[in-house]
Amino acid sequence: MEQVLRQTWAFLFRDLHLTRRYMSWVIVFTFYAIVNTATIALIGVALGDRRLTLMLILGALLWNFLSVLFSEIANSITYERWEGTLEYTFMAPVSRLTHLAGVSMFVVFYSVVRTAIIIAALMLFIDLDLSRANVGGILVVLAVSSVAFIGLGLMAAVLPVFSPERGAEATNIFQGILLLVSGVYYPIEVLPRWLQPLSYISPATYALSACRKLMGIGQGAAEPVQTAGAPLSEVTHELLVLALMGAVMIPLGLYVFALVEGWAKRTGKLKRTG
Amino acid sequence: MSNTGIQVSHLQKFFRKRKGFLRSRSTEVHALKDISFEVAEGETYGLLGPNGSGKSTLIRVLATLLVPDAGEVRLLGHRIPGEEQAVRRKIGRVSVDAAFYKKLSARENLLYSALLYGMDAKSAERRAMEILEELGLEQEKFTDPLEEMSRGMQQKVAITRALLINPPLLLLDEPTTGLDPKSKRDVQTFLERLRSEHGTTILLTSHDMAETERLCARIGFIAQGSLIAEGTADELKRQSNAASLDDAFIALAGVALDENGKSANGNGASEKK
Ligand SMILES: Nc1ncnc2c1ncn2[C@@H]1O[C@H](COP(=O)(O)OP(=O)(O)OP(=O)(O)O)[C@@H](O)[C@H]1O
Ligand SMILES: [Mg+2]
Repeated sequence: MEQVLRQTWAFLFRDLHLTRRYMSWVIVFTFYAIVNTATIALIGVALGDRRLTLMLILGALLWNFLSVLFSEIANSITYERWEGTLEYTFMAPVSRLTHLAGVSMFVVFYSVVRTAIIIAALMLFIDLDLSRANVGGILVVLAVSSVAFIGLGLMAAVLPVFSPERGAEATNIFQGILLLVSGVYYPIEVLPRWLQPLSYISPATYALSACRKLMGIGQGAAEPVQTAGAPLSEVTHELLVLALMGAVMIPLGLYVFALVEGWAKRTGKLKRTG
Repeated sequence: MSNTGIQVSHLQKFFRKRKGFLRSRSTEVHALKDISFEVAEGETYGLLGPNGSGKSTLIRVLATLLVPDAGEVRLLGHRIPGEEQAVRRKIGRVSVDAAFYKKLSARENLLYSALLYGMDAKSAERRAMEILEELGLEQEKFTDPLEEMSRGMQQKVAITRALLINPPLLLLDEPTTGLDPKSKRDVQTFLERLRSEHGTTILLTSHDMAETERLCARIGFIAQGSLIAEGTADELKRQSNAASLDDAFIALAGVALDENGKSANGNGASEKK
């Protein structure tokens, strides 16, 4: 047990120090995310449409959080391949579950801190009133949808074992498709009909729909712009779907990872030099 | 007879390489051809062979990073394939390339590695300092990013990483390549002490004849994936009537040690369609 805790800490320790050493990049990326969120939100402000503004802010923040979660986990193996340390990680007596759990824990921590900073910065541009939102409920939805996104990240993480460049390319394409079909800034009904089925298999669709209700953003023009946030009981459908996706995607992600790792060890794809 | 540290039986490894238009043709490299040998517990065994002869491939199989296509390995009684997790607890490896997080310091890289093996950070740090000092790396360097270190210094940190976990079995793939003569001697002295004090079993590959003769009780010659001769340095020289290990290798393998395995006369790494 103590062994496993230390091994988990190894990945947190490593990633903390790597983040510290790459701090200038972290600042640059966070700066960019703040500007990006603010510019999107200001579209709504310019139109004098408070409902749209809220929709856009929620979409931008949620997408920021979930996409960082996904891409950081997906890229974790790419980094190790670039550095050449992957062989040493795979040689250590650490189970893949501990390895990937350690990596995921750091990424969750990193995404939470980053999103909190973005929200704080956003307050400088727009007066954001969260007093009527069901913040507790939103946190529950975020926690549950994180699990599904971690699973997606795990499946993508193993791609660089095939090829570092192809892996990174595939991760970006996949992330783009998620952004497109999940209705981050618009209702999915505006998508072409043939794309809509994809919306139903993206966990982000459900996370967004639940968070909009919990924020109390009115749906149709007949409803008030913002009401009191819905109670958690009104989003049980979304929560159930998200929980189910997590329950499938985490084991599936681990399974795919193990499969590709075995293949790489048979064909010699882990190798870098020497 | 003493216990076996490493027992390799009939090991085979192929690599497939795709080539040509749409990668439709594939060639096969037979990297390890029916390799068998034994190393006693506490013994140091050297592998000598030209570039591409299969030394690193063999070490990767023993390090559980490559799955063999045929044959079996036993490391301190644990089987590969089958008991990889038990094997991983017992081995330390140094490769030619010092694979580190270049932005992290030696301290951070070493602590990460020690934690991965479930060690306590405090005692790991103390042990790391001791080893680095014995290898002749100044203390101040401990907190410098790896990318600011010379290749030789990085190699010393790599050796420290392998030794930090006190492994009963060490796999050393050209550990002293890139080190200056003084550093080489420091490493060699350290390895000798490790063997005499801890009874560590060591498998070493090297292109340095003097080093191999000094450290290894027995030596195996490997060429184009086959083990072509083995014995003590004296036995190998006597067998081939040669004055040096270099000459012995030429006499027994038909190629010089510093010759690339893939020579133009078709003598090299056997590739087939
Ligand atoms: N991962 C891999 N994928 C494909 N081919 C490989 C792989 N690893 C090794 N090979 C091939 O197997 C053969 C043996 O390579 P290996 O690296 O084991 O040689 P070596 O004896 O360590 O050489 P050197 O002295 O240059 O380090 C070579 O023909 C090499 O191209
Ligand atoms: Mg090699």
